[in-house]
Amino acid sequence: MSDTGQHSHDHTPRPDQDGPPSYYQAMETAVRELLIERGVVTAEEVRAAVEAMDARGPAQGARVVARAWSDPAFKARLLKDGSAACAELGIDMGPTHLVVVENGEKLHNVIVCTLCSCYPRFLIGLPPDWYKARAYRSRVVREPRAVLGEFGTEIPDDWEVRVHDSTADMRYMVLPRRPEGTEGWSEAQLAGLVTRDCMIGVTLPKAP
Amino acid sequence: MSDPGRGYHDMGGLPAGPVERGEHDYALWEKRVDALLVLLSDKTRDLVRVDELRRGIEQLGPGAYDELSYYERWIASITGVLLGKGVFTSDELGRRMAEVEARAAGDRT
Repeated sequence: MSDTGQHSHDHTPRPDQDGPPSYYQAMETAVRELLIERGVVTAEEVRAAVEAMDARGPAQGARVVARAWSDPAFKARLLKDGSAACAELGIDMGPTHLVVVENGEKLHNVIVCTLCSCYPRFLIGLPPDWYKARAYRSRVVREPRAVLGEFGTEIPDDWEVRVHDSTADMRYMVLPRRPEGTEGWSEAQLAGLVTRDCMIGVTLPKAP
Repeated sequence: MSDPGRGYHDMGGLPAGPVERGEHDYALWEKRVDALLVLLSDKTRDLVRVDELRRGIEQLGPGAYDELSYYERWIASITGVLLGKGVFTSDELGRRMAEVEARAAGDRT
């Protein structure tokens, strides 16, 4: 990383930091230290919050999807109140309300946050860079089929595509259709077909 | 941006290039910014609300909005909200940032 903010288009994994801290890295350290000194947060709380976010990821969402595919009553509860259904599986959605949108026979859903980067982070972890970037946010609401095509997802012309624009307080997750040929599969096997991107709606689940 | 009533951040439906699919792993300092927001926005502290974070980011202006990386925008906004609420002063922040930079320089020698 450079010593200025000019790395917003750097998409490669970043090497260990051994140069001087950037202006904003120094700001983060300074703000954190001042907050700890004033008793607003503790160092332990910051460390625990980092660990908790590291523990959130697509596997958590995949577990929810696999349960919904296996248990119709759970699916009904998930579609009615996403946050409450996740809580049944021990997943805390934090302050945000989760709305789950279900793909249908000729219906495909995809999520975005045009204004910023709202994302079901308490369920599936932090968003990928492209979700937060201008191209996706601008275009997916206007030409969703073209954007999906860039992800290799071709939606037939006679299917409906619904684009859901998230807000700060309400987050969407896509419930994909259970792939055919998975009859009798366990929830763990089914979860293995569920990717982050298919819960955003830019792809479909893996083929069995 | 041609529409004067439209915020710079409000980009839904505007033309743009292809989606760049590359991704990066978040650095520790970026995760700490995220953690600070989680803590500062929780029910007990309630110091930086999500709408305040967003307002701060939207007020960065077109130049900074594009030049800063994602978590740079966040820490800039979080810091602005905390300054506005008097949690610390800009003098205290400036002095501490200078100390942080001096410590880092010392560590490298």
